[in-house]
Amino acid sequence: MKFERYGLGLIKGMTVTIQHLLRHPTVTQFPEQRLNISRRTRGNELIWSREKCTGCATCAKTCPQGAIEIVTATNLADNKYEVETYRVDTGYCIQCGLCVEACPYDALFMGYSFERAKYRRGDLVQTDDELLESPERPASAYFHPEIDEKLPKQTLLIDKIVEKRK
Amino acid sequence: MTTTEMMTLKTEPFVLNFGPVHPSTHGVYRMRATLDGEVILDIEPVVGYLHRGIEKLAEERTYSGFIPLTDRLDYISPMSNNLGYCLAVEKLAGIKVPERAEYLRVIMAELQRLANHCIAIGSFLNDTGAYYTPFMYAFREREKIIDLFDMVCGQRLTYNYMRIGGVSQDIPDEFLPALKKIVEGMSRWIDEYDFLLMQNEILLARTKGVGVLPRETAINCGISGPVARGSGVNWDLRKADPYSIYDRFEFDIPLGETGDCYDRYRVRVEEMRQSLRIIKQAMNDIPAGPVRADVPHLVRPPAGEAYAHIEAPKGELGYYLVSDNSIAPYRCHIRPTSLINLTALREMVKGWKVADLIAIFGSIDITMGEVDR
Repeated sequence: MKFERYGLGLIKGMTVTIQHLLRHPTVTQFPEQRLNISRRTRGNELIWSREKCTGCATCAKTCPQGAIEIVTATNLADNKYEVETYRVDTGYCIQCGLCVEACPYDALFMGYSFERAKYRRGDLVQTDDELLESPERPASAYFHPEIDEKLPKQTLLIDKIVEKRK
Repeated sequence: MTTTEMMTLKTEPFVLNFGPVHPSTHGVYRMRATLDGEVILDIEPVVGYLHRGIEKLAEERTYSGFIPLTDRLDYISPMSNNLGYCLAVEKLAGIKVPERAEYLRVIMAELQRLANHCIAIGSFLNDTGAYYTPFMYAFREREKIIDLFDMVCGQRLTYNYMRIGGVSQDIPDEFLPALKKIVEGMSRWIDEYDFLLMQNEILLARTKGVGVLPRETAINCGISGPVARGSGVNWDLRKADPYSIYDRFEFDIPLGETGDCYDRYRVRVEEMRQSLRIIKQAMNDIPAGPVRADVPHLVRPPAGEAYAHIEAPKGELGYYLVSDNSIAPYRCHIRPTSLINLTALREMVKGWKVADLIAIFGSIDITMGEVDR
């Protein structure tokens, strides 16, 4: 029995282990640390603008799932056509973004947020004011390139790896 | 019992159920295998656990409203599904796609091929015993591509990027520099992968000569994609029937010789290299301009029928559409790649052991979303 090369493999293995011990950590500690998601994220809620919406219901016609319900009425006093109810059943929504694309008045946006889980099925049906933009529900730049600059730049894995090699 | 008595022992076949929930079946697929000891005598596939009636759903939706549902067919490579469907509608309605959109489509389809083959070879190696390490590295490479898809269309799995007459949006400014970095890094990674695994003795022992699919059987069963090319069938729709702008690019079709698991695996790795070549050429030539033809939201193609097929990562994917001049297709039939490739499984596994069944099954690379539709 020869002991000439005894422990060589062990040393090789340990070198790799030590290299990994000393290198920069790869894991991002969510939720304390966060990566930026894509600016065009099709997040899990629609954002609706009451001012811009004319009640044409193009979005409801385009929706492949039939998740958008819109009720309009003529206001005889002002002689205006106004939206009575705008209701989105987020439970049926598949986040395809076709409604945002179809809206001729830029009144619909995809949501940029992604942690919007609900405890009840009924909470998924959102009506009127629940659909407006708010600080917790920012709008995404999907089909709205004018918002692009307001949102942070997306973190790419390829950039992270190149940074670490330096 | 003496040895001679054991030799003459009468054995009888028994039936063993694989799946529907089994880590190696890549979804809800069930095989009723008839075994004699460990040798497979016959298998009987049971499909339909994931049936969602997507072809019927197409008849109830508008032409563009069906695009998000094509993502759910082969959910490993939704871009290719989108492309095939949009080509079929464009053929039906006679729509011309702008130049830039054609280039973007090719780039996306080839990136999708890379991402799909990352999963295919990763999970194949996972099945053959290289437990999770190559799988993890393959997923890391795929993650870089998914990042790009997320950047252009805002979703990581169901992209819904292609549209009738082009693509949905133009790429952002940071897309091409990031793509360049990925293409460079990817070829290095493939070489490293090759070096580590191609001469690996365990891998060779488990895949060389295992699950041979003869050339004639492959043609007769209608097999396409890397499975057919692994058996030496020179059939790649990008060359055989060039769609989109594939006739402008220079690339080779890698072919296997014997048609065993190892050849199918090698063909996939080589195809990744060829995809990188196509992406490099498309990246350099991409012109400026619009990305979408002037197509109304509700497309109303003239009455008629059209069949468009593309070379999806898994093989030939075809869409057959019948129009009655309304806003929804009268009939939509999908020629799924995975289902037809799966028909050859029975011929391949007969006479092999249970452990080989897992390797052979993994080498076909199927997605259950496409098999059951």
